[in-house]
Amino acid sequence: MKRLDFLKATGSLGLFIVFPVFPAFQEPEKIPARLAGYPKDVNAYLKISPDGRVGCFVGKVEMGQGNMTALSMLAAEELDVPLERVDILMGDTDLCPWDGGTWGSLSVWQFGPVLRGAAAEARAILVQMAAERLGVVAARLQVKDGVVSVVGDASRHVSYGELVEGRRIERHLQDVKVKSVTQFTLVGKDAPRMDGRLKVTGAAKYSADIVPPGTLHACLLRPPAHGAMLLSVDVAEAEKVAGVKVIQNGDLTAVLHARPDVAREALSRVKAQYQPSPSTLDDRTIFEHLLKAAPPAKELVAKGSIPIGEARSEHSLEATYLNSYVAHAPLEPHTAVAEWEKGRLTVWASTQAPFPLRGQLAQALGLSPKEVRVITPFLGGGFGGKGIAPQALEAARLARLAGYPVQVAWSRKEEFFLDTFRPAALVKIRSGLDKGGRIAFWEHHVYCAGEAEAETVYDIPHQRILSSGGWMGGNPPGLHPFGIGPWRAPAANTNVYARESHMDALAAKAGMDPLAFRLKHLKNPRMIAVLHAVEKAFGWTPKPAPSGRGVGVACADHRDTLVAAMAEVAVDKKSGEVKVKRVVLAQDMGVVVNPDGARQQMEGCITMGLGYALSEEVRFKDGKVLDQNFDTYRIPRFSQVPEIQTIFIENPSLPAQGGGEPAIVVMGALIANAIHDALGVQMLQLPMTPERVRKALHP
Amino acid sequence: MAKTVSFTLNGNKVSVETDGTRMLAYVLRSDLGLTGTKIGCGEGLCGACTVLLDGEAVRSCSTPLESVAGRSVLTIEGLERNGALHPVQQAFLSHSAYQCGFCTPGMILGACALLKKTPHPDRRQVAEALEGNLCRCGTHVRILAAVQEAAGKGGAL
Ligand code: FES
Ligand code: FES
Repeated sequence: MKRLDFLKATGSLGLFIVFPVFPAFQEPEKIPARLAGYPKDVNAYLKISPDGRVGCFVGKVEMGQGNMTALSMLAAEELDVPLERVDILMGDTDLCPWDGGTWGSLSVWQFGPVLRGAAAEARAILVQMAAERLGVVAARLQVKDGVVSVVGDASRHVSYGELVEGRRIERHLQDVKVKSVTQFTLVGKDAPRMDGRLKVTGAAKYSADIVPPGTLHACLLRPPAHGAMLLSVDVAEAEKVAGVKVIQNGDLTAVLHARPDVAREALSRVKAQYQPSPSTLDDRTIFEHLLKAAPPAKELVAKGSIPIGEARSEHSLEATYLNSYVAHAPLEPHTAVAEWEKGRLTVWASTQAPFPLRGQLAQALGLSPKEVRVITPFLGGGFGGKGIAPQALEAARLARLAGYPVQVAWSRKEEFFLDTFRPAALVKIRSGLDKGGRIAFWEHHVYCAGEAEAETVYDIPHQRILSSGGWMGGNPPGLHPFGIGPWRAPAANTNVYARESHMDALAAKAGMDPLAFRLKHLKNPRMIAVLHAVEKAFGWTPKPAPSGRGVGVACADHRDTLVAAMAEVAVDKKSGEVKVKRVVLAQDMGVVVNPDGARQQMEGCITMGLGYALSEEVRFKDGKVLDQNFDTYRIPRFSQVPEIQTIFIENPSLPAQGGGEPAIVVMGALIANAIHDALGVQMLQLPMTPERVRKALHP
Repeated sequence: MAKTVSFTLNGNKVSVETDGTRMLAYVLRSDLGLTGTKIGCGEGLCGACTVLLDGEAVRSCSTPLESVAGRSVLTIEGLERNGALHPVQQAFLSHSAYQCGFCTPGMILGACALLKKTPHPDRRQVAEALEGNLCRCGTHVRILAAVQEAAGKGGAL
């Protein structure tokens, strides 16, 4: 239990506790039904040690999003213990309860209620035990800081630690209520992150920092292109390097050494011949290919009648919006360490899904899941890319063959080659405006991105929404020249970019201010409120685009978190360079567990979103990924970061929603619309590189 | 060729016997067990491996071990003094200027190097100094604020 001790080092946390108490919503919530798969036993989640510290066990992983702190807050809140007395252990398949994986911004929204339920039940049991011990009825007891005492006679008290004495809680209570929003003392207030001290001192451990005695570092031979077949390989020169071990087994050729850099250097001495990849696609021809090869369309919405809408239209508008493949590019590449002991496998891996990984490893290696333990140290970012962890199987196989623990840490080049990119995609939108400047019909067909947010948030009488293929799979073989997968807010970035860009084009056609045009088509009062909040903070003055000012607006409904943003850009017409000067973003995400943490996620979304909007695209040709490091693949840097203002809309009537994704989905359209306002040209392809901006200006 | 390279590491004299052309980052992490220095790109393109060499920020993944002979190297592990965080670390903590934390050691050391030369940088100067330090989590606005706060609190120490 080293890690838990380690985490105790984060103990002294000060809280700054002034925040408005949420109004109304008095009814305590019923304990939510535990989601399928999550264990019902409170001991799976919580252990109370004799000194009163609370060990909290969750199968989620901390990859930067702050769920370690938010989840600890939820447990501390329900148990009535101070946050600094909670130690949380995450992502260890031997010690933590099952979990399906950390993604989709679900930690707080989906798993939060499970943990709260367990903590509330534990509290109720502890109060019951205290009642027996103190000889009073439970109703006469109160809990403060983990001590149960008699109301009005505080000298009669017993602490959680004394009640449990380090044992399991051998009771079960049904129908325990969790706290209502008004009863919260901790949730809803800024709390410092629990991983802070570890991260600013360099003590935080990531997978590459785990080195059991005797560890060999393995570097694997990779093909030069996707689809290239290995013809021959010569490892003789590599084997000459002192201390090197070469392993060739099935599809694996690996060079191992006690020092990772020596192994990497030795790998460069391996000579291999390949048959070229049969792929003839590149980043220009891909869109035509996708359009042709995409699977058949699925109809998501059919409302009213498109022909009727067309007949009522004075103007119609048609456009195709493109976006390129985008890499996850977490700063920490995929890494894993595998160690075998008496036939049992332990793997430390940078994975977003330790439990599914345990199953995959067991299956691939002919073991039962019980014989595999996956431990997840801190992740250096995930963004969807670490939902799969093939490096873990590589390490496990090599460790078995080598007879030593083996670490596999992908190089940046491997990371760019083996990453599952956000799919390149197209969205075709057809629409019409009636005499009154209202949208008469709307047809949205997305190819290869996926369904999320293909539906419009606007009130349009005649609509048809179609989706052909997506990141979730089920695509015909060869549709993409390499692996694709979920990328922070999958599909939503693509669909919202198209929809919100098209809204601006229609507003311009109607001669209306883009905000007023949106409001004219909105019924959802929450969305309207979010737009007004951002309007006020930004100081929006209505004018139809293009006004030459370079201001833009976009909004979205991401799984019930509502987002609206405004931005101001400056465009250098000669170079095509876009500088985003200011972004104001408002979000209604229900109850906010840790406001400072949620703000940080919003800022992160805005900043990361600048990348796919302005500079990030994976270039490739004939199966080769041409971007291999951060010199050509440009992620956002300090000089590009705008002034950022974030706003919450208080909404205690909605349970806490996820905050790791919503704000990123508006970024493409937001900047496209601001460029449109500045220059009067529509940007129909992401990223909006200087070259594409110049081209749009001088077609 | 194995040879002995001696230098000062976090205030202590160390000697490493290894091939002097190996890059410092790997020697720190693998031979000396100081894993606070991170490797994000291995080619001098991300700044995660930043350490201070005689007070200047360098990319340790691209700094040959032999070039630090006789000189002084400071890593993130050497920044605390008697258990007290350095003002820059303290400012990163109070601003939550990290998310995944993988860029954080390099950011902090890059900021320390800046404050040594420019004790009171404006936002633009901080941005320029850290331009080559990448953060995928998008923590930039907080890092800018943290470094400026540290500057006001003796971060140049
Ligand atoms: S690891 Fe050295 S600069 Fe990226
Ligand atoms: S905090 Fe994750 S890369 Fe900067």
